[in-house]
Amino acid sequence: MSARRERWLGLGLEVTVPLLALGLWAVLSAGSDTYYFPPLTEILETFADTWVFERVGSDVVPSLVRMGLGFAIALVLAIAIGLGLGLSPRARRAAAPIVEFLRAIPPPALLPFAILVIGVGNSMKVFIIAFVCLWPILLNTVDGVIGVDLTLRDTARVYGIGTRDRVWRLMLPAASPQIFAGIRTAVSLALIMMVISEMVASTNGIGYFVLQSQRSFAIPEMWSGILLLGLLGYALNGGLVMIERRLLRWHRGARASALG
Amino acid sequence: MSAVAQSATARRVPRARVADWVMPWLSVAAVLLLFELLPRIGVLPEKHFPPISQTLAELGDQLTQGRFWEAVGNTMQGWALGLGIAAVLAVPIGIVIGSTRLLYRASRGLIEFLRPIPSVALIPLAILIYGTGLESKVFLAAFACFWQLLIATLYGVQDVDPVATDTARSFGFSRIQRLFRVTLPSAVPYIATGVRIASAVALILTVTAELVIGSPGLGRSINLARSGGNVELMYALIIATGVLGLLLNAISVQAERRLLHWHPSQRRAAEARE
Repeated sequence: MSARRERWLGLGLEVTVPLLALGLWAVLSAGSDTYYFPPLTEILETFADTWVFERVGSDVVPSLVRMGLGFAIALVLAIAIGLGLGLSPRARRAAAPIVEFLRAIPPPALLPFAILVIGVGNSMKVFIIAFVCLWPILLNTVDGVIGVDLTLRDTARVYGIGTRDRVWRLMLPAASPQIFAGIRTAVSLALIMMVISEMVASTNGIGYFVLQSQRSFAIPEMWSGILLLGLLGYALNGGLVMIERRLLRWHRGARASALG
Repeated sequence: MSAVAQSATARRVPRARVADWVMPWLSVAAVLLLFELLPRIGVLPEKHFPPISQTLAELGDQLTQGRFWEAVGNTMQGWALGLGIAAVLAVPIGIVIGSTRLLYRASRGLIEFLRPIPSVALIPLAILIYGTGLESKVFLAAFACFWQLLIATLYGVQDVDPVATDTARSFGFSRIQRLFRVTLPSAVPYIATGVRIASAVALILTVTAELVIGSPGLGRSINLARSGGNVELMYALIIATGVLGLLLNAISVQAERRLLHWHPSQRRAAEARE
């Protein structure tokens, strides 16, 4: 098989296989009278009824606001603290045991704590999302700052570049590929914590809707919510990849030229 | 170098080393002291933040109780089964898909679509199918770990040095021999990193299931302590869960180091944080 034909075949397979899988699901579930696995067409109909756009204002928007706010707070705090720890070995050593311990606690275990101290409102959810997203970004920022090329550091020092310029023009850009790796982990964590916090204590939101549907045995509604969460995860991931590709284009270019 | 400068550096080195060693302990002590004093002088409400000494006393008391260890056992059971099932499924599938190019292209779209689905979205489904017991926990943990391990295995298999494969081929190694002598050994570091991350993920999902679904385990105990108003117990159990997370991580790092001491990537893998 020629390389060209193989490439086209590969591309074709990449597009058709997911479609085929979806088709298979539709066909297999078409005549389904199993209570838990309704036909795909019914799920899609319910999806259209529920999410276009009836419950967008009441459930989707609150969920997204919590997630976005929590993530944004984590991002700002994590980069600021990460820079501080990355620049000062002493602070890093002092903070290490505390950071390691807080990071090791499985995040959902902190939910009861957040409910107790903050209550069941929106700020509890924003807090828990921010708290959980903090660690991957923080640790990656620290690693990124430590890993800045020594020659670059020394050059900046020799030329007498001030701290502010050094941070904004050298440390942050040089650490950004690593920071982005942390952001990607944090975004998927944010989605997870949004769902969990809404399942445990909430009166609206996608997570609340999905669990409530299950409890009232509204099975197609439950499936439509699961589908929405899957699409949301996929969209967030795809969007992030696109942003990263744009923001870090210089990095890929630099790496490629250094290798080639 | 003048004698004065020399003696100055000679003096500074050991002192810096002592500071390195003391620093972490100092900061831990400072945090503990803060959480002891702030509630006592009323800066933090004592109702929500009992002094840390009371929490630690409660933790010590728990360590002697069978109920506590039962909860730990339940959590560990969910963790081990979830991680184990995911590994048994994901690693062979990853090796098969990863070593056949067309199969890889065919499944890539599907994997990229299924992987970002947050596993917690499946909690209601797990309750419907498996009820509120151990199976739900294991299903959720296994689902979440499966993707981590599959991706890690795929990367590993595809990162095999083509020169090594070609050499083996020209020496007349069969496909099976190449798999066991070339592909697997060079993929193992990736799989090991995948297992380390998946181990943390499995613990998170197990605790989540206990908390949301109410399967027996540390997660449920924490939530019960909160709703019962036993704040010291809640904090003690959260600390215990954190220690469990630390231990599991330390064990997998150690196992990885021992298993892969021969592999140069071990040095790089140490840097790759989740």
